Amino acid sequence: MRLKDNDILHYALRNRKLRIGLAIIAFFMLVMLAGPLFARWEARERAGLYPSAPPNSTNWMGTTKMKEDIFSQFIFGTQSTFLIGFLAGCIGTTIGLSIGFFAGYVGGWFDELLMMLTNILLVIPSIALLIILAAYLPYRGVQIQSVIIGCTAWPWVARAVRSQTLSLKQRGFVSLARISGVSPLRIIFEDIAPNMLSYVVMVFILQFGGAILYAVALDFIGLGPTRGISLGLMMQEAFQNNALQVGYWWWFIPSGLSITLIVSGLFFLNTGLDEVFNPKLRDQ
Amino acid sequence: MLQVEGLSKTYNKSSRARVRAVNNVSFSVEKGQIVSLIGESGSGKSTIGNMVLQLTKPSSGRILFGNQDITRQRSRSSLKEYYRKVQGVFQDPFSTFNPIFRVDRVFAILHREFFPNEAAEAWQQRVEAALLSVGLTPAAVCGAYCHQLSGGQLQRILIARALLLEAELLVADEIISMLDASTRIDVLNLLGEMRERGLSMMFVTHDLSLGYYISDRVIILYKGVMVESGNTQTVFSDPQHPYSRSLLEAVPRLDVRWDELPPRPASRHEAAMFNPDCDKGSPRMEQIGEDHWIAVRDCLPGTEL
Ligand SMILES: Nc1ncnc2c1ncn2[C@@H]1O[C@H](COP(=O)(O)OP(=O)(O)O)[C@@H](O)[C@H]1O
Ligand SMILES: [Mg+2]
Repeated sequence: MRLKDNDILHYALRNRKLRIGLAIIAFFMLVMLAGPLFARWEARERAGLYPSAPPNSTNWMGTTKMKEDIFSQFIFGTQSTFLIGFLAGCIGTTIGLSIGFFAGYVGGWFDELLMMLTNILLVIPSIALLIILAAYLPYRGVQIQSVIIGCTAWPWVARAVRSQTLSLKQRGFVSLARISGVSPLRIIFEDIAPNMLSYVVMVFILQFGGAILYAVALDFIGLGPTRGISLGLMMQEAFQNNALQVGYWWWFIPSGLSITLIVSGLFFLNTGLDEVFNPKLRDQ
Repeated sequence: MLQVEGLSKTYNKSSRARVRAVNNVSFSVEKGQIVSLIGESGSGKSTIGNMVLQLTKPSSGRILFGNQDITRQRSRSSLKEYYRKVQGVFQDPFSTFNPIFRVDRVFAILHREFFPNEAAEAWQQRVEAALLSVGLTPAAVCGAYCHQLSGGQLQRILIARALLLEAELLVADEIISMLDASTRIDVLNLLGEMRERGLSMMFVTHDLSLGYYISDRVIILYKGVMVESGNTQTVFSDPQHPYSRSLLEAVPRLDVRWDELPPRPASRHEAAMFNPDCDKGSPRMEQIGEDHWIAVRDCLPGTEL
């Protein structure tokens, strides 16, 4: 196993996609952690003297039409966008894993019931559900947005995990655990889940990236957080104020570029991990 | 000790396709006896083994262990009680061990589940003694991962595991069919030793010669149905059911060339087996000698033999 570990680490360090992905995500981590030291204003504070000022020595990324500092917005927006990805990713992954494990392991009518629920949620376009849910809540913070997204993003996870569980359940070590008197819960978490660890990591990354995109979509159609800031909100405000047409490039480029980079970084991370864990995909 | 009565299992592959994997099978295993279930692949042997191990629920029938119908008890404590006495070893040793853990985890689990009050050192000593008794060096296998050991070593570890529980009945499902020829005979002889110690065994195999070598009684299965059963010597020297005969004839013999095989005398039940009118209904076992039974189908009225 020691050997095998090193093997995986060896491929992980050599995999270019993984390295690109890690570099991008590490960069944004740095922005989130070190950025607040340099942000001199709150996201919604009147920061500059002039509205829609291009980048200058006071406002490093310029200001919005409302005289807010875009650099500060970028720092705090990145923070809350990552927070949404993380929270919603955790919620979606946890629900999806639990339902998938139990439906697959327990089987029978329990499985049928859970899968019915899952399939119903899967065919309802989740963006429609998000719109309805979001519209009913008078004011929404980043956390509420995360919960809404996480609670609607799990069905495909549940289905994929269920089918993996079904196939792992057939393996001899599950039978051996059963005739050793091990409880079903223990079998799921100690025998089945560890064998899916790489898969779980990838599911989480996909949920993370998916949640960020969903949040941007919600922000864009005006159902984002009613207070606070996020990269999606920055972009939405820029577009609403015709920044593109008027040529205020400093207003939409930081947020637009960041979103694109974060999502592609996660994508690289995911394909890279896939190649590392799955030797058949290695192209060397 | 173990009595299986009218056991059947039907798998619902989908809402329409159904597989009758096991059909009305009855037999018993006495203390210290090795009973072989012999049949080609897909004949339902593993399904029977799994039902005895309570890994699969029977569709109908009873499994009595010590006069208690175990298909009716559902509680976890009674299940655990049962697994103290009835244990299994499976076909593929490499899938029986979880690849991401060390092999001695199977002993740690037994300790936790069955002997939580035993001190760690005392338990470790018992584990080592059990490993020695199946011909393994404890230091060589403890701490290893399953891909670092041979199939024969892994199966021995599992037999040692059953010994630690002091199991009374072992369900051995094709446990040597995936081993190298050189280690097969060792594991087989180990099973013989276990019997000397009073362990009963359900020995599942598709290999007639293995069944002959080890067992006291044999049960020949065909598509989930018992076709012939009885004392090993009797069944192998005088098979009566056409299916058992064809199975035995399919075994190449070392002493006779195929063109020198004597023509075999017709079985008195052959006509009934191949008469299409007699092909309806479930077969029933008919006694044709002391501990020798074969399946016959009841013919429709008017087609009496
Ligand atoms: N879990 C299952 N679901 C559906 N069909 C099964 C399952 N397990 C076994 N079967 C079917 O039952 C029959 C008997 O299988 P099995 O008991 O494994 O036979 P053997 O061990 O003699 O090869 C086969 O036709 C097999 O396809
Ligand atoms: Mg089998």
